[in-house]
Amino acid sequence: MATVVDPRAHAHTEVASQWRLMWWSFRRHRLAMIGLTIVILLYLIALFAEFFAPFDPQAARARDVYHPPQRIHFVDTAEDGSWRLNPWVQDYKLERDKFTLQQTYVPLEGERIRLDFLGSGEPYTLWGLFALETRLLVPEEQGRRFYLFGADRLGRDMLSRTLHGTRISMSIGLVGVLVSLLLGLTLGGISGYYGGTVDMVIQRIIEFVLSLPTIPIWLGLAAALPADWTALQRYFAITLILSLIGWTELARVVRGRFLALRTEDFVTAATLDGCSEKRLIFRHMLPSMASHIIASVTLAIPLMILAETSLSFLGLGLQQPIISWGVLLKEAQNIRSIAQAPWLFIPGVFVVVAVLALNFLGDGLRDAADPYAQSGR
Amino acid sequence: MTGRPTTGEPVLEVRNLVTEFPLRTGPFRAVDGVSFELHAGRTLCVVGESGSGKSVTARSILQIVDQPGRLVEGEILLHRHRTAKGAGADDTVDLARLNPRSSAIRAIRGRDVAMIFQEPMSSLSPVHTIGDQIGESIRLHGATSRRDARRRTIDLLRQVEIPDPESAIDRYTFEYSGGMRQRAMIAMALACNPSILIADEPTTALDVTTQAEILDLIRRLQQSHGMAVMFITHDMGVVAEIADEIVVMRHGKLVERGDVFAIFERPEHAYTRMLIDAVKALDRPSRRRLAMRAAKPPGAAVLDIDGLEKVFHLSSGWFGRKRSTLKAVSDLDLRLRAGENLGVVGESGSGKTTLGRCILRVLEPSGGTIRYETRSGEAVDLTALDRAALTRIRREIRMVFQDPFASLNPRMTVQQVIGEPLLVAGLLSGRDLARRVGELLEMVGLPAASMERYPHAFSGGQRQRIGIARAIALDPKVIVADEPTSALDVSIRTQVLDLLLDLQERLDLSFVFISHDIGVIRYFCDRIAVMYKGGIVETGETETVCAAPDHAYTRSLLSAVPHPDPRVRGEKKRHRYVEQA
Repeated sequence: MATVVDPRAHAHTEVASQWRLMWWSFRRHRLAMIGLTIVILLYLIALFAEFFAPFDPQAARARDVYHPPQRIHFVDTAEDGSWRLNPWVQDYKLERDKFTLQQTYVPLEGERIRLDFLGSGEPYTLWGLFALETRLLVPEEQGRRFYLFGADRLGRDMLSRTLHGTRISMSIGLVGVLVSLLLGLTLGGISGYYGGTVDMVIQRIIEFVLSLPTIPIWLGLAAALPADWTALQRYFAITLILSLIGWTELARVVRGRFLALRTEDFVTAATLDGCSEKRLIFRHMLPSMASHIIASVTLAIPLMILAETSLSFLGLGLQQPIISWGVLLKEAQNIRSIAQAPWLFIPGVFVVVAVLALNFLGDGLRDAADPYAQSGR
Repeated sequence: MTGRPTTGEPVLEVRNLVTEFPLRTGPFRAVDGVSFELHAGRTLCVVGESGSGKSVTARSILQIVDQPGRLVEGEILLHRHRTAKGAGADDTVDLARLNPRSSAIRAIRGRDVAMIFQEPMSSLSPVHTIGDQIGESIRLHGATSRRDARRRTIDLLRQVEIPDPESAIDRYTFEYSGGMRQRAMIAMALACNPSILIADEPTTALDVTTQAEILDLIRRLQQSHGMAVMFITHDMGVVAEIADEIVVMRHGKLVERGDVFAIFERPEHAYTRMLIDAVKALDRPSRRRLAMRAAKPPGAAVLDIDGLEKVFHLSSGWFGRKRSTLKAVSDLDLRLRAGENLGVVGESGSGKTTLGRCILRVLEPSGGTIRYETRSGEAVDLTALDRAALTRIRREIRMVFQDPFASLNPRMTVQQVIGEPLLVAGLLSGRDLARRVGELLEMVGLPAASMERYPHAFSGGQRQRIGIARAIALDPKVIVADEPTSALDVSIRTQVLDLLLDLQERLDLSFVFISHDIGVIRYFCDRIAVMYKGGIVETGETETVCAAPDHAYTRSLLSAVPHPDPRVRGEKKRHRYVEQA
């Protein structure tokens, strides 16, 4: 008669909360795991850009204009045949053709720039708080420079610039999505929960916003920003502009979930339990869609990153001296850089990798979002 | 019904079939060493409760097991030369050896072995006409011309008794009713004159009257085509109605196998006996209930529904300007007395769920009054209450839902689910709440220690107990139970009904019990109200109505209910209810 035979038989199931089930099904998604690793790595870089970057991203050196990338070697062989583990790069010298004035970098035979892991380099203040000198990779000799990603037209280290650009580009996605999440949750929630005329009006507004051609709108809004704003003000203004368009997709997802949940029996049961509207939404409905929302947020971040990149590329987004991937790519706008300094496109590679990684992660999260779909019944 | 042709030699033999699903914890054997035989012109019923592996067995035969499951062992021998159409075809094929994607097995699917499924809506394509879908399977296997295929399709539709087949052939799935869809599915299965028909719970999603018609149809087609039928079901009444042989399955294993009369009259295995007893118990009133009523007869009316009406507005056309309406409940009178169980029975679409939801004002009634006598003795009209008053009343009238999976929030622990009404009402919190939830769990037969778990750790029956615990948490007067047992296995149904009776005695409850299952109502309810198209056609004492129904619709409904005794099959004269215009 008693249906639960042995309470201990269930001991392993009772700890499996929704997040654990999600994690189990997420782990099976290999691409998503790769995506997650890359995303974590990128945000670590964004957080500790000063530590990862070998130099100050603004430090220019006229001698090293368009310096090509140097390959890093790890085994240092001496002339007598002995060797030791020590990273080094080949030193180059700038030569100018006497007649054509064309610049070429030629390797200096036997000249090596030896590098140190976790050595002390140029001092910096992390997050404006901690004065530090330790960097991941620095030249042994103070004052020497090396260029793993090459140098730009002012002789600035592209590696340091790209890593610093990660900070702005990855954070603008996050901040922009947070703003659109706020808008999307509120409007989508109202639309889905109340339905009827309210729903009709909000949906038509969303359709209107979606029908606006985004690039001209961004251009118009960005051009309207006062020229005397500081870089920081501009940064926030741009995120706001991006999220003004970006909230619509999220609002639709949220509305769909609300519509689906509203008719669920457990929501009816909660109404009959006497729950207030607020409790119904925040205690009963929102937790059920949290996983879906996280998934769609993850999928919205890459759109923001792309939008920022395109705006900055067109020169209407962020401006120097702020460094973002878009700002860096602006340097690669002309034919000369394609021909002479293809390494200026490296920030573009970062954009592609970041967007792909976030998309894979989002896909994996979306698949894992409903662990009960498979294991519930 | 013993005059069916019996050939000694089986058409299909399944030997030691094993199908496994890889799980995180290791392989799970959904089917474990099952063997049986199918004979031409005879019906084999595979019976078992949910999770017994009966559907997986059927799907293994055609190698359409859902990923990542796979056949591990066993033989499935199709003796084509013994089938009527396979004369001349050489030999015996072992279906288990064929690659699931090979053309060899594709040729067998549909042509030699056809299958029909439980959900006629999801097994038919919504974007093709019925004729296209049936015609496709004819043309895939027979390579006939388009015109021939169409003629044959019309012929098939006529065979499965779809009215006006010439025009029905060009209609879409959504224009068909549930029963018509299942008929179309059968027509599709018959398209190539298969020698074996596998029916996986084909009537479970249908009303009893439709179910009776479909069963009739399958039986008639079997006789005219000489097919071997493998019929999978959990309903012992259906088994008694159509089976020649029975295979009882449990936990993927074959429990018992034998002739229908032998199984029903002399079941050998304890599990089979339990299954049959559970069904038979539901065919008569609960003794417990009769004893309770003898000790304490029902009192005055607590709920008095008068002229209730619920109209749904369906908007259509551009911008929803054209309005059409659907009367789900119209002019309905009903009375529930204190301490009484009132059964509301009807087919799907009869408005019984709407009625239950109108009582609790989950749906707003469009007209009429619902007079309710509160615990403090004052009479209120439920349809006229404001929000605050309604919240108070909803503590006295509670609801138990049909689907034990959907009605419990998967993100909340059992303690949170059951404690929610107490917490929201501000009655208890903290340690007192936990103690009360523990008491409630013990009352519904679950250990108090299980309150920390999430609902997905429980079986369907246990979840329904949790739902009941939530309903009684506020010490209610009336419980509206909307099909509380229809999602449960037969063996658990009686347990849940007994639990409800037990609680009724201890807590002085009255039940409005909505169900489509006459057996369950007969067991549990003192009075019965038969609903048809939004109105009540007949009310009365359950036994009186069941023994001598007054209204023609009630008669047709009762005559369609399959009786769990193979000796009486076909004795009852079935008649269809046709409404007088």
